[in-house]
Parts: sequence; C-alpha cells; structure tokens
Amino acid sequence: MSFETALRCRECGREYPLMPIYSCEFCFGPLEVAYDYDAIREATSRDRIAAGPTTLWRYAELLPCDPAYRVDLGTGFTPLLRADRLARAIGLDTLWLKNDTVNPTWSFKDRVVSVAIARAREFGFEAMACASTGNLANSVAAHAAHAGMAAYVFIPHDLEEGKVVGSAVYGPTLVMVEGSYDDVNRLCSEVAGTRPWAFVNINVRPYYAEGSRTLAFEVAEQLGWRAPDRCVAPMASGSLFTKIWKGFQELHKVGLLDTAPHTRMSGAQAAGSSPIATAFKHGTFNFVPQKPNTIARSLAIGNPADGYYALKVMEETGGGAELATDDEIVAGMRLLAETEGIFAETAGGVTIACLKRLVESGAIRRDEETVAFITGGGLKTIEALADKLTPAVRVPANAAAFDLALAEHRTLVGAGAAGGA
Amino acid sequence: MAKRRVRFTFEPQLIKEPVIYRLGQEFRLVTNIRMADVDEDVGWVVLELEGEPAEIDRGIAWAEQQGVRVDPALGDVVEG
Repeated sequence: MSFETALRCRECGREYPLMPIYSCEFCFGPLEVAYDYDAIREATSRDRIAAGPTTLWRYAELLPCDPAYRVDLGTGFTPLLRADRLARAIGLDTLWLKNDTVNPTWSFKDRVVSVAIARAREFGFEAMACASTGNLANSVAAHAAHAGMAAYVFIPHDLEEGKVVGSAVYGPTLVMVEGSYDDVNRLCSEVAGTRPWAFVNINVRPYYAEGSRTLAFEVAEQLGWRAPDRCVAPMASGSLFTKIWKGFQELHKVGLLDTAPHTRMSGAQAAGSSPIATAFKHGTFNFVPQKPNTIARSLAIGNPADGYYALKVMEETGGGAELATDDEIVAGMRLLAETEGIFAETAGGVTIACLKRLVESGAIRRDEETVAFITGGGLKTIEALADKLTPAVRVPANAAAFDLALAEHRTLVGAGAAGGA
Repeated sequence: MAKRRVRFTFEPQLIKEPVIYRLGQEFRLVTNIRMADVDEDVGWVVLELEGEPAEIDRGIAWAEQQGVRVDPALGDVVEG
C-alpha cells in the first residue's frame, strides 16, 4: 500500500492526479508528490521500520510507489560512519559520513531510480530513459536490466571511459550525443516529449526525486531517531539537498521524530558550476544559469531545476552554501580517503572541500554535530586524480634495493606518509 | 504548430529591452508568459512559445543573439 494522494504544484498549489506528468499547466511550476501523512502515521512505526529490509524499502510507507512493483538491487541503508580523524583534521567535534558510495551502482542515484522504476512499472511503461553525465546513466541501465526493461541512456560523447563502460555493461541503448552540454539538454528535452518512455528525470521526475528523502530517513534512524545539527550535501539540480530537508520534516509529521528538526542545511558546489552557491553569496533567490566547467561532472548542472528551492531551504534552516575550486576538490577527495578510508568521486571532494571552508570561515561551529553526504564512488572519476597522488615505490625484487628505495621515498614524501614500519 | 516552454534569463543591461515584445512582432510566434521575476542583478521569465518549429528555433536564436540566455523551462534535464 502507498499513501501518495496527488501531484501538487510547488508554485501555485494546484493539484493533479498521480500521472506521469511533471509541470503545472497553469504556471509551469514543478509538481511534487503530496501524501496523507495522518495515514502514514497510523501505518508506520520505529519498530515496523526496524523489522523491515536493510534497504530503502524499509521506508516503503513513505515512498510514492507500490512496493509490489519494486526493482530491488539492494539500494540504501548505507553506513553512517563516525569520522573522528577527518573531524580533527578540519576542526569539528563530531562528524558523520553518510557513505552512499556503496550502493549497487556506487552512487546515491540508485535511490531515486529505485523509486522511479517502481512507479514507471506501476504506470505500465516498458522502457526507461535518462540524460546523464554518468551516475544516473549507470543506475538506470542497471535497474532496467534487473527488471528486464528496455533502457535508453543519453550521455555526452566525451564522457569519462569508466562511466561509459559502467552503463554499457548492462546492455542499454547507449546514445552518445555529439555537441555541447546545451545540445545534449536540448535533444533530450525534445526526445522526451515524443517517446513512450519513462524518462526518469523528466516525466516521472516528481516520483524519482522523492527517493532522495531516504537519505534523511536513514540518517535520522541511524542517529537513534533524531536529526543532526548540520547537514552538508552536494548540489547539482538542488533536488537532493531540498529532499533531505523535506525528509527530516516528514519524519516529524508522521511521528518518527519526537521534535521538529533543527538541522541547518549547507550546500556544496564546484566553483565551475555554482549557480546556487553564487546566488546565495549574492543574497538573491534568482540564480544566473552558468555553462559548467568543472572536474566534478556529476554536479555540472548550469540551470538547476531546484535551485530556487535549495536557496529557500538555506534561508528557512539558517544554512548556506559554499563552493570549491578544482584543486580543492582533488584535495578534498584525498583528505577523505587518507583520513577515513573512503574513496569518493569528485562530488565527494566538493562536499569535503566545502565543509572544510565552512568550518574555517566559522559558518559551521566546531560543536555542531554534522553529517556530510558522500554520494558517489571514486573509481568512476579516477581521471581527476591523475598525477595528483604520491608516486608508488618501484623496486627490483631484492630486499637491499627495497630498503634503499624506501629510505629515498621517505625523504621524498616524509616519514609519516610512508608509514610507520 | 508547436509549443515550447523556455526560461529566458536577462543580464542587467538587457532588463529594459523589450525582447519578448519584439519576439512576437518580428517572428510568427505567440508568446505566453507564466512566471517571471526581476531584481537588480538578474531577470528571468518562464514563457511558452507557440509557432512552427523552425520559427521557434529562429526566434530563440535571435533572442540568444540579443544576449538572452535560453534554457528549458524546468531546468536542465541532463543529470549527474
């Protein structure tokens, strides 16, 4: 059983039936799923959730799809790791990392796609589609394969090889679009209106986007059913960021949190694709679209669909936004890996770099219990680290040569980095 | 006839220019504004353009030549 009641325009509030539609016919505002929270309160409980599967489907009553249609690759309920070494390095007392690199296709996109494909099957679609710079493409292709559905995946022609292979292996129709980022956007907007496919981030977007709320559900449950003081999350379209906040609020509405969430929401963007963070720093809700130019391609959205709503969440929660240069992104990836053993993609580097800046500037106080969201795995973006890591020690296969090489290596990089043996 | 929903973003120096009026006068297009906001840094308008597909393309190309940024109305569809 599911508890969604309608699609509601986020601008004018008009309601629409639960259909594969995504924008208001009157004001063109985006549609969002509305729920019967009283019924959810009756149907769910902390004990019921605890007895559920160790995936995002433990929150089935809060998802806008019939779980009977779920395509379950084991997404969600990812670790929330205490990160004391990283906390000390950047000057926080308590830091947690929500590690979504361990999802089935190694990114948080498995959450949104899980919900989108369940709803698409419920609507009777036989094919899934998306336009993506990598993570979403990987996830749609994998879930469609698991469900035995056709998949049409549109990607820029110059995508990193790891992300191309990470989609192609599942056997979708992989369309490499020639031209600029804007050209890919334009083609996919046109195609989406003419094909009988569930385009996850277009005609089923209202349902798809709701999957991100499970990050908030899990964090609250893993903290013992309470919300943290601060969240730091990467922003591309801004959807993930807004849905985390929405998720915390909903938990209180349905009685799973005893008190209203007090969490301050901080967003992280790459300097080369920062329309939301730039608008925040200028004190306006009217962001200026940009042409993305950053190594963090999973965050490279120049015209963010939820940019305005992300800025409203910052205002509502007393949060904010920060941006990080490409060099800082790489440094953030290394800091996360070297202090906590988590290899994140460039988006994770953005989050850690921005968290560091926010603490250094005093925007985040040392005593705020903070959760940072690590949304994708590092093997997808190894190109970003080319020539940026400590070189390996190469030796002939004899002990004397090894001793000599190790001594030289310690001189080169410092004894601490070379290990304590 | 076709319809296309777009978002025009105007830099400050363009805010006083009657770009949308001229779009309706100089091209065979019907312009229908649904949402808009303007502040001192930027202005944006979400509107629907109705006309022959090729005429819509010509009108958008002209607007871009004037310095207007034109995007899909509901943001980028390409995601990470």
